[in-house]
Amino acid sequence: MSAGSLTILVIDENRIRASIIEAGLRDAGHRHVTVIHDVAGIARRIAEIKPDVIVIDLENPNRDMLENMFQLSRAVKRPIAMFVDRSDQASIEAAVDAGVSAYVVDGLKKERIKPILDMAISRFNAFSRMARELEEARSELENRKVIDRAKGILMKSRGLSEEAAYALLRKTAMNQNRKIADIAQSLVTAAGLLGPLEGG
Amino acid sequence: MSMAASHEITAGFMPLFDSVVLVAAGEVGFAAREGIELKLHRETSWANIRDRIAIGHFDVAHMLGPMPLACSLGLTPLASETIVPFSLGLGGNCITVSNAVWDGMAAHGAAPDLDPSRAGAALGALIRERAAAGREPLRFAVVHPHSGHNYELRYWLAACGVDPDRDIEIVIVPPPFMTDALATGRIDGYCVGEPWNSAAVAAGTGRIVTVKALLWRNSPEKVIGARRAWAEENPNALAALLRALHHSARWCQDPANRSELAALMARPAFLGQPQAIQMPALTGRLQLGGGVERSVEDFFLPFDKAANFPWKSHALWFYTQMVRWGQLPHTPANLAVARDCYRPDLYRSALKPLGVALPGANAKVEGALKTATPVGSAGASLVLGPDGFFDGQIFDPDRIDAYIAGQKHV
Repeated sequence: MSAGSLTILVIDENRIRASIIEAGLRDAGHRHVTVIHDVAGIARRIAEIKPDVIVIDLENPNRDMLENMFQLSRAVKRPIAMFVDRSDQASIEAAVDAGVSAYVVDGLKKERIKPILDMAISRFNAFSRMARELEEARSELENRKVIDRAKGILMKSRGLSEEAAYALLRKTAMNQNRKIADIAQSLVTAAGLLGPLEGG
Repeated sequence: MSMAASHEITAGFMPLFDSVVLVAAGEVGFAAREGIELKLHRETSWANIRDRIAIGHFDVAHMLGPMPLACSLGLTPLASETIVPFSLGLGGNCITVSNAVWDGMAAHGAAPDLDPSRAGAALGALIRERAAAGREPLRFAVVHPHSGHNYELRYWLAACGVDPDRDIEIVIVPPPFMTDALATGRIDGYCVGEPWNSAAVAAGTGRIVTVKALLWRNSPEKVIGARRAWAEENPNALAALLRALHHSARWCQDPANRSELAALMARPAFLGQPQAIQMPALTGRLQLGGGVERSVEDFFLPFDKAANFPWKSHALWFYTQMVRWGQLPHTPANLAVARDCYRPDLYRSALKPLGVALPGANAKVEGALKTATPVGSAGASLVLGPDGFFDGQIFDPDRIDAYIAGQKHV
């Protein structure tokens, strides 16, 4: 059987991440991939889709409900178990670290599932990295804004050049073992409290 | 004064009010005083807590009382040997139904007095009436199949003549979603800890019909689950943690600390719910709905009545319910695992240096104390009970075979 013959269900409330995983699975030749963002009515969907593999994110608070349903629900005809192989501790850790878990129907061979789990792990990690970089870029932009404002305050109140104002911020930060952006934020806050209302 | 922490302990918890003893241990300074850097991690499901304990992300965690048993008995995926050296309190749950179900129960004689027998009889009559009319069975929710909630809901229904497997449907819903599921009619009732019962009453979408403290007074609920391998490798860290939790629990029980405690739990990192909605759990004064207020003695005990002692009889009662509802067979091997899961010996040795009162036995006959009874060793005083089941049953852990044989579905 080719990779494409497995039916895969991805449950993820995060639409962007879900689509990244879906794309990865399709690139790997899987043609039967369904993505669900909302678990309402999921028992019926599982009965319709009859997935061989279910991939779910660990942030999902419905995991307890889903696990119970996989074991008990009359709608889920085939027993579904968590993808766990005790001999493969590294794989389990990698999955939990990445924030993903997989469930499979009884009787599926490990060799067929492993590439799917590995794919999900790498895509989850890629997504986290992307989200982190985006967050870093955002906070970098915020930092630059507040440093510019602090420089402006110093230039105005102490008659410094832009270069000298920045040097003062940097020296203070080094002396206090803090970040320049933190010193700048303190200065902006203090100026707001002490001085005339800034910018109305 | 800044002493470097000698132990670093990572603990998982779920955003529920009864995580308070663990949370306060970290946030009010009890852990630091024992030389522990306690790292608290909020989780989104019990399955995540189980997985992270199993692979070693967490050393210990806030857990449902039966959950370490289920892990040790291999009832769950990624099961690992988990022990219970400390209980996080007694009581704290309620059974809440929709307004429509309450109206139906009232028509069959229920009164807003929390009486489990009366409420159960009325619910049973309503269920039979609905069945006779060919209507869908009522759907109740609990938080997890291996939970005190599941077992106490089933115990109550069965004692009132309702077969919880045949006459109703029981589903799993995460606690924060309970009120919404009830309001939108996806479920008809639920058993959950606070504040998720008071929240439905406050929203006008549910009625509290009875409480855990009346179904089985002074009964176990959440515990500290510890990975057995970690506990064995780090006995000093574990003992220090148990002492920190002991001091934290005493602080949580003191009425003088209620508002500070509610403010702590209100923070987004912990429960993230308004302070006012936490007060019923702290005071035992519950709004039942329809403007009725009732005070419940021993509604939730974080410390009093030896609330932190990990009684083997509590673990064994959970075991009898797992057997009763078909989650596992009663075998000598399973019983042995259940008997070894709760660890009063670890609790006792950790607290011994403090000179506090400790129960003399590791197990007790549940339901035997009809009045508050002084017990204890170490020269200090300790009061237990009353601790009865609402239907008058007694659970003697030394006669577990007879107890299991006498259990019925209805």
